[in-house]
Amino acid sequence: MPLKSAAAIGAIVAALAALYFWRLAALPGALLGNVLVTGFLTGLVYGLMALGLSVIFGVVRVVNFAHGEMMTIAMYASVFLFAALKLDPFITLFPVAIAFFVFGYALQAGLINPFVERPEHSQFMLLVAVAIIMVNVLLMAFGPDARSVQVDYALESFEVGPLVIDKVRVYAAAVAILLASGLFAFFRVTATGRAIRACADNLLGAKVVGLNVKRYYALTFGIGSALVGAAGVLQVMLVDVTPALGPAYTLLAFVIVIVGGLGSMGGALAGGVLIGVSEALAGVAFTPSAKSMFSFALLILVLLLRPRGLLGKKAA
Amino acid sequence: MLSSAQTRRAAIALLALLAVLVALPAFASAYLLSAMVLILYFAYVGQAWNVMMGFVGQLSLGHSLYVGLGAYAAAALYVHFGVSPWIGLWASMGVSLAAGALIGVLAFRFGIGGVYFALLTIAFAEFTRIGFDHFDWVGGSGGFFLPVKQHGVVDLANLRGPPVMFYYIALAMAVAAFVIAWRLRVSRIGYYWLAIRENEDAAQALGINTFRYKMLAILISSAMTSLAGVFFAFYYNNLFPEQIFSMGRSIEIILGPIIGGLGTLFGPVLGAFVLTLLGDGLTEVTSALGLEIPGLKQVFYGVALLVVILFVPNGIWPAMARRLGFGPSKGSK
Amino acid sequence: MALLEVRNLTKFFRGLRAVHAVSFDVDEGAIVAMIGPNGAGKTTCFNLVAGVFRADAGEVTLGGRKIGGLRPDQVCRAGIARTFQVVKPFPQLTVEENVIVGALKATSGVAEARREAARVLALLHLDTKAGEPAASLTLPERKRLEVARAMATRPRVLLLDEVMAGLRPTEVDEMVGVFRRINAETGLTILLIEHVMRAVMALAAHIVVLHHGEKICEGTPEQVVNDPQVLECYLGAEAEL
Repeated sequence: MPLKSAAAIGAIVAALAALYFWRLAALPGALLGNVLVTGFLTGLVYGLMALGLSVIFGVVRVVNFAHGEMMTIAMYASVFLFAALKLDPFITLFPVAIAFFVFGYALQAGLINPFVERPEHSQFMLLVAVAIIMVNVLLMAFGPDARSVQVDYALESFEVGPLVIDKVRVYAAAVAILLASGLFAFFRVTATGRAIRACADNLLGAKVVGLNVKRYYALTFGIGSALVGAAGVLQVMLVDVTPALGPAYTLLAFVIVIVGGLGSMGGALAGGVLIGVSEALAGVAFTPSAKSMFSFALLILVLLLRPRGLLGKKAA
Repeated sequence: MLSSAQTRRAAIALLALLAVLVALPAFASAYLLSAMVLILYFAYVGQAWNVMMGFVGQLSLGHSLYVGLGAYAAAALYVHFGVSPWIGLWASMGVSLAAGALIGVLAFRFGIGGVYFALLTIAFAEFTRIGFDHFDWVGGSGGFFLPVKQHGVVDLANLRGPPVMFYYIALAMAVAAFVIAWRLRVSRIGYYWLAIRENEDAAQALGINTFRYKMLAILISSAMTSLAGVFFAFYYNNLFPEQIFSMGRSIEIILGPIIGGLGTLFGPVLGAFVLTLLGDGLTEVTSALGLEIPGLKQVFYGVALLVVILFVPNGIWPAMARRLGFGPSKGSK
Repeated sequence: MALLEVRNLTKFFRGLRAVHAVSFDVDEGAIVAMIGPNGAGKTTCFNLVAGVFRADAGEVTLGGRKIGGLRPDQVCRAGIARTFQVVKPFPQLTVEENVIVGALKATSGVAEARREAARVLALLHLDTKAGEPAASLTLPERKRLEVARAMATRPRVLLLDEVMAGLRPTEVDEMVGVFRRINAETGLTILLIEHVMRAVMALAAHIVVLHHGEKICEGTPEQVVNDPQVLECYLGAEAEL
């Protein structure tokens, strides 16, 4: 029903516009500009994280409830490597991503694949259990205090007219875009990528033509995990990490994927940017701690009015 | 279905257990008593959650919402207006019912189920948590505190008193929840709920108004859970949004029923027992070794959940029941 | 006035015409069969009558009351019970509990429903399996369970969707016997979709033939079996019975 969807999107946009005029119009332009740019750049890193979830959910149809926890582990890994070996996160990105690929592959192959035929909530609870273990192991290992990675150039910024943009943010966003593009290319161009898309589009058909679906599932989970790993390494340069971030990021990833649209990789990025910007604006318009409220309200609205998300395909 | 011999044995065993629990304070240490209060609390709230998940098959991962709303409503009325919790609990139930109704209508009318429903419940709980952080009338993020009078005095009307009083209240609540769940389970409502859980299309084809029955489940579950919140508020005397509305709390609520046995009557009770005893036991062992490890207990819970899901997916109770001769050869009870 | 009247039923799925202007009557106490090639729109018709889909045009009347637009549960309460082509048992409930769920619609409480369930199970020779979980049943048994559950709602009209598929000839005959007996003893009206011609010829006094969403023939078994259009599109030039 295109009319209902158009009305839904219209309602959301109208609500956002009203909010803007109520709280944001009075702010100085430069501040607003900085906030928007920061939100956009942060949103791209969020988008990378959500891309990992979208790939996993879109193909393997597993709700990875441990997604945010995995992101947090990547953040701690970066902290550890930086503290111990003085390695710049942009370098440790690669080994961490590879390690995450292996972990994700093993997790899917070993733990989740046998569960593919079980009822949905069983798989879900399985990952909830994994998430609980992850968060608390982190708590045991690192304690509840915040950690961060402060590279030498952390305080440098680009000045573009009235805007002051952190260099770290720009680099991180650039890497995010690079990795996302690489992923798009992988799925479009390579045989393996196309095989994975086949499994996602038509499972029975894929099996019928002889694709080893379980192996592709493991591969996909590995790829999704690698993306999360990379996103975590980037994110810890922008934000401090605590174990409690795990569940928060899991939710955020789901909000982004659902808002942006299931099964749409572009949607994950677009959703990430949307959430990044709206969080930044909400932080300025209200208080910083209220910014997640905004995201949750958006999630609820989207679930009700347009469950397949802004760019998503209709569920089969 | 159970044979009458099995039912009789089960009834006798339950009554024996009840007798032990009633007599417990006479010979229990203060530590055991407080552990038992916790167990009974989780048995109660697990039973309330089980109504939604075990019976109707709707996965709610935001049940801390109802605990928190119930707690704050009764506490606010008591602290600001001196209203007795026995009256305040009606407000608690009202507020939780409203929240449950809202979530139910939004989700069930729009056909949201499964994982999406779970996410929706989480979103509502999180939204409320952050909201209450800024809700200064009830203390905001700094916390809301109930005045504690002398411990020796038993003031039942205001739920002020020694741990023994709370023990019996918790026991009464746990027993009531068990009885309510049992009566529901064997009634038309219970059958219709199970049908919806098993196959909603088929249930509809048999004349079941699935929307109405799902709403009934969420309303009953939320109202029952809100009373746990009232108990929580008056037992611990302090409320923090970050704790009471947290996802961690929601997960604590569901661990008992899942590990004990979804959809069964004794599952939540057994689950609460096992988790609290082993969890506390673990803490005892580590502090005896001189270690203080935050998060270890939660790791244990996570591992327990993992083990159960992998190897005993129906929970511990069904297998145990068969061994002990309480259960049928197969099937759910 | 027939018990079930279908007038001009039409349903489009995004431009695909699944059912077009189908009309037929089912008299009270009659057994009517709906046959036709796969994709003819038979199950869609059922779904339209049962309230799963909303018709784009046309009307369905039960005992003089218009039931188009009702939800499936309302249609059941109005008196139409249906089985599903791909059976949908309640897997973790026992066979008896499955049927109790159906019986609850027609009875005032669980105890009465249990008695009714026992009666229906005996009728369909499932009483020995009453305590077994439905998930443990073989396919023919699941089909009988599906029928038992629907019958337990004490419907005025029973819609059977290919309940004979996958059964051996002796099992088919047994099922035919059960339906014949119920129809004779209680006057239950039956509308069935079937490919197993053996059952159709043995049960139905009246047959409706669908092809590409349209009714191409209607009449007694003898008439239908000799109709040239039916022979060409479905039965084959030499109909084997």
